[in-house]
Amino acid sequence: MKRLLVGLLFACIALPVLAQKKYDPGANDKEIRIGNTNPYSGPASAYGTIGKSIAAYFKMVNDQGGINGRKVNFISYDDGYSPPRTVEMARKLVEQDEVLFVFQTLGTPSNTAIHKYMNMRKVPQMHVATGATKWNDPKNHPWTMGWQPNYQTEAQVYAKHILKTKPDAKIAVLYQNDDYGKDYLKGFKDGLGSKANLIVAEASYEVSEPTIDSQIVQLQSSGANVLFNITTPKFAAQAIRKAYDIGWKPVHYLNNVSNSVGSVLTPAGLEKSVGIISSAYLKDATDSRWANDPAITRWRDFMKKYYPDGNVADVFNVYGYTVAATLHQVLKQCGNDLTRQNVMKQAASMKGFRIDTLLPGITVQTGGSDYAPIEALQLERFNGKQWELFGEVISSN
Amino acid sequence: MTKKTLLIVVLLLAACALPFLVSNYRTFQFTLVLIYAIALLGLNILTGYNGQVSLGHGAFYAIGAYVAAVLMDKAGVPYWATLPAAGAVCLLAGFLFGLPALRLEGLYLALATFALGVSLPQLLKYKALEPWTGGVQGIVIPKPEAPAFFADAGLPLNPDQWLYFFTLAITLLMFLLGWNLLRGRVGRALVAIRDHHIAAQAMGVNNALYKSLAFGVSAMYTGIAGALGAIAVQFVAPDSFNIFLSILLLVGIVIGGLASISGALYGALFIQFVPNIADEVSKAAPWAIFGIFMIVSVYLMPTGVAGALRLLLARSRQWGQNKRTSKEELAP
Repeated sequence: MKRLLVGLLFACIALPVLAQKKYDPGANDKEIRIGNTNPYSGPASAYGTIGKSIAAYFKMVNDQGGINGRKVNFISYDDGYSPPRTVEMARKLVEQDEVLFVFQTLGTPSNTAIHKYMNMRKVPQMHVATGATKWNDPKNHPWTMGWQPNYQTEAQVYAKHILKTKPDAKIAVLYQNDDYGKDYLKGFKDGLGSKANLIVAEASYEVSEPTIDSQIVQLQSSGANVLFNITTPKFAAQAIRKAYDIGWKPVHYLNNVSNSVGSVLTPAGLEKSVGIISSAYLKDATDSRWANDPAITRWRDFMKKYYPDGNVADVFNVYGYTVAATLHQVLKQCGNDLTRQNVMKQAASMKGFRIDTLLPGITVQTGGSDYAPIEALQLERFNGKQWELFGEVISSN
Repeated sequence: MTKKTLLIVVLLLAACALPFLVSNYRTFQFTLVLIYAIALLGLNILTGYNGQVSLGHGAFYAIGAYVAAVLMDKAGVPYWATLPAAGAVCLLAGFLFGLPALRLEGLYLALATFALGVSLPQLLKYKALEPWTGGVQGIVIPKPEAPAFFADAGLPLNPDQWLYFFTLAITLLMFLLGWNLLRGRVGRALVAIRDHHIAAQAMGVNNALYKSLAFGVSAMYTGIAGALGAIAVQFVAPDSFNIFLSILLLVGIVIGGLASISGALYGALFIQFVPNIADEVSKAAPWAIFGIFMIVSVYLMPTGVAGALRLLLARSRQWGQNKRTSKEELAP
């Protein structure tokens, strides 16, 4: 009897959905139009591969019959990482191409430029490709949602780990003096909470400075035994090298912006990087641990078939694949109600959805007041050759 | 009424009708064209008429944009009042930059202005300025609404249309001023300096003054365009004004036609629309396509679009004349 009632209840919910199809501009019986801007040219064109891997992903989806019988039409324009171009392209996507929503627009300044516009037009600005924390603000910007763990989340994970493993730590913080560095610093202090006084020294640098040697010396002289290193790749390599050369051996936490073995640890010196702690949330295809992992094998096949020009050593291609898989699920959940409101609603009701290119134990989790899909990371330690994951997956909330 | 004024009137009417015929997005694009046209006219005064090459005019565009954004954001100044302020600041900045630049000729000046263009985005990120400029975050500014009396008069304009007409009015004013400046004594002096500065000096032209003035006025035009650009895009950030903008402006005046007032408009159409076309042709190499467009147009129209049109007009007139004379010859 109970089962019957539950069944009836479900039928009542499901029936109207099945019965009537609802569409906003950009969706119909045959297709779903999605807009995107990416820097295919200009200073940040290394990120452009994300847009290409997303396009490849939806080509694969279309070959497999689309989503609920509809093909995905992924329209992506080059904005050259220039905010005015992003504004122009976003307007083109919304007003001329009439997309249902924009997805994975890339860059903090670019997304800031269209933030107001998208929310005013009530067109979803879905899963933006930036780590800034401000995208998780459903109250004031209900049409914008982030995706990757934001900088504050990551910093909180390190703070928790320090409190657990070294409660009497004396912490030094090195950070880049801009919104990226300050975002991390804020998250770190929030994570330490009442223990924020463990920070004994802070030093900042400008991107325009040639070296940060003096900051490292200054931080060492504070007597700190933990270093939180909030730097972009070039400076991260300098910091690792300098700390080693002056014989300072703190427990070294490195933000994952700079955890690339190829472009940071190798120039700094692999032997000098042993023991550094960072974090990850995606499977790195170059990591020998995942050599025979079914998810990565599937991803490799995907790359071979749909994006043969793409670099399989580039973690951005795993990123593009994974974020596209997230949207794939959102659109599946939307069923035949392809209105902008429902897209936002479904994106905000992902209950522990698992994508297998994420590290084991990490899921996509959102809610009406939680617009931060991925909030968990796993710590990793460098062993002189590659990163080794350790401990549990840590979530910031 | 001559043919030329008739043409201008027809063009003006077409420009006024445009926002009612196309979508808001297109209206926005044409607003950007007008804004670029002002900037290009400014650069043309300096490079086309006075022969001083600038690879850093994006910097003045940025200064104008930031003056407008900061005034609106921090001081609550209405958008239209920011334009004279942006123009004045850039006039001064351009004049001051023009003074030391006087000692530099040709390529050396190009390098000095290049330095200005590459350094400005970084200066905008400078910590001490952050309370005003917002650092890398930039400044978001609200979109201007059409004044109420348009709706009262039975002509409700949406913000995009209003901004287009506002920009059109400013563009006309700036072009009128430019035309007035360049067709007279000042214009002749600027051209004389470009063609032979020693001869110009011998004729009594104060080279130093005119060259710095040309720099100042040019910067003022570009600054006003920058302010309008900020209002149209509703956002400024250091990344908006990288060196590529400066180079694009230079491309615009060469393609449009050096030392030509109407050339600014053709150049603006080129730099606004051709990158979009190129992007649609190829995602992998949009700038290669853009390059092809550029080479083709330089090859086919070595004096720019304006020069090519002039040539075409002269040819057709000559052809008409020839026909008339040959007819007269035939007549007994």
